[in-house]
Amino acid sequence: MRKRGSKTALTMSYPNWFYLPAVITFAIFFIWPTLSAFYYSLTRWTIFDATFIGLENYAQFLSDPMLSIGLKNTFIYGILTSGLKTVLALPLAVLLTSGIRFKGFYRSLVFFPVLVSTIAVGITFSILMQPNEGLFNVLLASVGAPRVDWLGNPRLALFSVIFVDVWKGIGIATVIFMAGILAIPQDYFDAVRLEGGFWIKFRHVIIPLVRNSTFTVILLSFIGGLRTFDLIWAMTGGGPGFASDVLTSIIYKQYQAGFYGLSTAGNVILFLMVTILVFPLRSFFNSREIEV
Amino acid sequence: MKKTGLFILMLLMLMALPSLLFAAGKEDAAKAGGPVKLTYLVASGTDQTQAQVMADAYTALHPEVTFELELRPGGADGDNIVKTRLATEEMTDLFYYNAGSLLVALNPTETLVDLADEPFMDVVDDAFKMTVAKGEGVFGVPNQTAMGGGILYNKKIYADLGLRVPKTWAEFAANNEKIKAAGLTPVIATYGDSWTSQLFVLADYYNVQAAVPDFAESYTANRAKYANTPAARAGFDHLKEGFDKGWYQSGFATAKYNQGLEMLATGQGAHYPMLSFALTAIKENWPGEVENIGFFAQPGASADKNGATIWMLSANYIPKTTTGARLAAAKDFFAFIVSPEGIATMNAGFPPSGPYLVKGAKLPADVLPAVNDISSYIDGGHSAPALEFLSPVKGPRLEQFCVAVGTGQMSPEEAAANYDKDVANQAKQLGLAGW
Repeated sequence: MRKRGSKTALTMSYPNWFYLPAVITFAIFFIWPTLSAFYYSLTRWTIFDATFIGLENYAQFLSDPMLSIGLKNTFIYGILTSGLKTVLALPLAVLLTSGIRFKGFYRSLVFFPVLVSTIAVGITFSILMQPNEGLFNVLLASVGAPRVDWLGNPRLALFSVIFVDVWKGIGIATVIFMAGILAIPQDYFDAVRLEGGFWIKFRHVIIPLVRNSTFTVILLSFIGGLRTFDLIWAMTGGGPGFASDVLTSIIYKQYQAGFYGLSTAGNVILFLMVTILVFPLRSFFNSREIEV
Repeated sequence: MKKTGLFILMLLMLMALPSLLFAAGKEDAAKAGGPVKLTYLVASGTDQTQAQVMADAYTALHPEVTFELELRPGGADGDNIVKTRLATEEMTDLFYYNAGSLLVALNPTETLVDLADEPFMDVVDDAFKMTVAKGEGVFGVPNQTAMGGGILYNKKIYADLGLRVPKTWAEFAANNEKIKAAGLTPVIATYGDSWTSQLFVLADYYNVQAAVPDFAESYTANRAKYANTPAARAGFDHLKEGFDKGWYQSGFATAKYNQGLEMLATGQGAHYPMLSFALTAIKENWPGEVENIGFFAQPGASADKNGATIWMLSANYIPKTTTGARLAAAKDFFAFIVSPEGIATMNAGFPPSGPYLVKGAKLPADVLPAVNDISSYIDGGHSAPALEFLSPVKGPRLEQFCVAVGTGQMSPEEAAANYDKDVANQAKQLGLAGW
């Protein structure tokens, strides 16, 4: 270990120029676009020219009568997907780390949806959920149940997309939990064996000791849920009407309509919102992390 | 200090590199003296077929001029490609794009070549010129026929049930009840392709201007609103009525445009509110059925004021970046398009879905029945251009509001009021006076 404040021969022998390629890449592809996004969000931008209009885009974005639906849907989406992924992935991870047969096969089965392109998953499920000839309704009809208009019913559309998001994302959550469970020292399991019972093991060993993994899963899937776009776009396009519009799809539609300044302002707002929500959550989780 | 200087230098060099490369490419293209190759940006699909037919015919007459078609998607994504390429001066030598409010958004006086003084423009109808003009300039040449927006209907169902073409909304509603009683779908809705939901509102414009003659003007000036003009709000009311009375087929909220065409052509549904360009697709996919499809104007409150709303054609434009031999060739190609030979090529190449807006241009004798229906509205003087060709103000979310009303999530009053707010975004973006 080198001492603070003194440079060792190793660091001295490399000039700071070696940072340059990384700095240039970072400046061109990250810093410059971010700063220019802040600037363009203050302009009325037509691509041909940009007029500075102060905070008017922000006022316009926030006064949009349809924004409240989008915000509500964004929160429902973020909370439900992260909640469901956490609750469902933990038992799955316990099962897949236990001594069941064909473990490898089941593990790949759970992870498989993660590897498929989101757009492809979205298109496939919107065909499966087609109201008349879709597989889901054909199956329902074959057992005599009434048909369900999964994506056409405005009250149901968002939840159908959430279901697919959970199906697709649960593999990652399961893998994180499996890593957490496998990191628990065997001693704890040996100790609890004397107490007996699977429930005791699950409730008093696994749940407390995978806490770090739980935090990771909640945080990652919550951020992912708040900024989700591709799945909603592929399945409903935010419809029917505004029924499944989220913040990102509203912003994208404004961009499509040519309101470049307005949609950039929307992106800045999304960025701030995710930051404001996620930072306190993260520091709370960090303060409660445990050492196994 | 020295370090920062070098850093900035390297940054500048990196940024300048792409523009040097592109500039070199441009020089090469302009140098060519004899044979000219024109690049031509069109939307894939029907537009592509049409552009190819015209380009091939021109090359057959002038072998030294060849075309290279570049394809773009339609809809809002295509709009962005056209805008970006114009703004970065990377546009093709000529391109094909909408007229009306979409053209205005391209900033044509800055980006496009003015064709107002070209001799070939004399034969182009003034009604069309209005939709490709801004200020003194006229920028486009038509390459299609105008379209009717209204109700495409299945004539076989009308004959079987003994129905008459409705001239008022009340007659239309009565027909729908009879069709429903016969076990068929009265009105086909395909909200899975949400743009198709707007027809009840947009195709109602003939009725709007019949009731409020200065609507377009006051609307552009931020005086007339959908919410406070009952005649304008009627389109939203119609969407709601269709939902309340169960006129739409089951699964309409996710059905696609092609499914709608199939339902109409095969007689599962009687009415499809649509633009007449759909006839081209019906003819391609159900050639035996297209003769059974007719067109009538969207009925309004009064039978005396029954007429059709007309959509103007898309047009060909030349960006200011096209110069020299390529500019001359592009202009000569435009002259060919509106010449009698050009019209003959169009008639032979693809079935017209409405009238030409070129003086002296004739439709072929074997024109589709629905196109004849549209022409008779125009010839009888019972037609008006759609609002988007009279006013640059069109809210991008109209289709979402229409779906929200048509699926019973929003009242017509609410949708009209919200749409008025949506429209304000567009007016501000265009920098119109009074918003």
